[in-house]
Amino acid sequence: MKGTCKSRTSNSALTLTIGLLLIVLSGRSSASQPSGSAIHNLVPATNSSDAGTEIKIDNFAFVPGALTVKTGTRVIWVNHDDIPHTVDSTEGKFRSGALDTDDHFQFLFMDPGEYQFFCRLHPKMTGKIIVQP
Amino acid sequence: MDNHTEKSIGHVQDLSNDGVNRRGFLKCMAWAGTGLVWTMSGGLSASRVFAKTHGKGASKTSDFSFVQISDSHIGFDKAANPDVTVTLQTAINKINALPDAPDFIIHTGDLSHLSKPSEFDTLDQLLRGTSAKQIYFVPGEHDMLTDNGEQYLQRYGKGTKGNGWYSFDHKGVHFVGLVNVANLKAGGLGSLGHEQLEWLEDDLKPKSSSTPIVLFAHIPLWTIYSDWGWGTDDSEQALSYVKRFGSVTVLNGHIHQVMQKIEGKISFHTAMSTAFPQPAPGTAPSAGPMKVPAEQLQRVLGIADVNYVVSGTSLAVVDSALDASK
Repeated sequence: MKGTCKSRTSNSALTLTIGLLLIVLSGRSSASQPSGSAIHNLVPATNSSDAGTEIKIDNFAFVPGALTVKTGTRVIWVNHDDIPHTVDSTEGKFRSGALDTDDHFQFLFMDPGEYQFFCRLHPKMTGKIIVQP
Repeated sequence: MDNHTEKSIGHVQDLSNDGVNRRGFLKCMAWAGTGLVWTMSGGLSASRVFAKTHGKGASKTSDFSFVQISDSHIGFDKAANPDVTVTLQTAINKINALPDAPDFIIHTGDLSHLSKPSEFDTLDQLLRGTSAKQIYFVPGEHDMLTDNGEQYLQRYGKGTKGNGWYSFDHKGVHFVGLVNVANLKAGGLGSLGHEQLEWLEDDLKPKSSSTPIVLFAHIPLWTIYSDWGWGTDDSEQALSYVKRFGSVTVLNGHIHQVMQKIEGKISFHTAMSTAFPQPAPGTAPSAGPMKVPAEQLQRVLGIADVNYVVSGTSLAVVDSALDASK
């Protein structure tokens, strides 16, 4: 699924607007909704577990290469490298598109499990997120 | 692996520990700036320093030359080269100044940096100024960023199969453009894939073993440095299909430096980029753009002039940096 969260001002404004609308409409905590939907990438943090955890991309590596988080955590990948990279789930669950220097991508992990990902441009770059209940 | 070309062109780096932060300056950079001619006779290699003997004018009608360029990365604008269109133009001027106009140009991929339409447009505009009447392309991974290469295929995929592979014949030499940058798997190297390999085997079947073969693809078809992804997982199978031929030349890009290897009757060659250099294997934390002092940039970028002589058994590849004079 193509991620839609990149660091652009207009996207942030849109994110906030849609996010607020969803909070009003849903009336439920985000933790009970299914993971992997594009909508979740637009919902701003509504509880403390959603604070955002960062993976840096630099020198052709994801740092850290393995990250353990709780369900309901939003993970943010930020490209600090001087070359574009991508964040692609090996099972097609999320896909960032090309991230140039300073671009970022985020995904909210709702279901426990192990999520392997790699860079489609440089497939030797791999990492994984372990999501615990 | 042979690295003669590296030594003679002077691709020498400071290997001491204060060394190579690839985004910083290289302090020691020896550069000879000469071109080196590799020729093969009956599978043995002989080298001679490139001299003015080149360019007397091809007297035999079947002799011809073409140029390999690679990794133009239109759209790249970081420190290693803030304007890649300038260095590409220099490469084009160099091609146009060749004593014998090349019959065509082969671009071994990473035409663009981010697969943007504007990047491909700019490349096309610049390449219109070359003396060559025809340009053949294969995509690099940077050209595949939009939905598995749709932008690339729309522009350069006419007459190709699958993700953009194809073959053509020119004056008795059989050329095959291969795509090893699609459907890459996590943790893997470049990949040709089953469908393309089957096609390749069929494509080569009718050719007599005396037909000179040129294979070109973006990622090297031999493993140069696995840690940095410089190799192709299933290239062995492809190479097994060309083993019977008397002369095989493999042209690749991707690594932004010249490397050559000869294995039996197969000679492998990777080209310099026209955009930015990359470090030699293992000499930097990673494979990315390498900044050199501005006045040295044109020494680490270049083109390859490839000559086919009917009386010989092979193609002679001459690499020359953008600032080397001919």
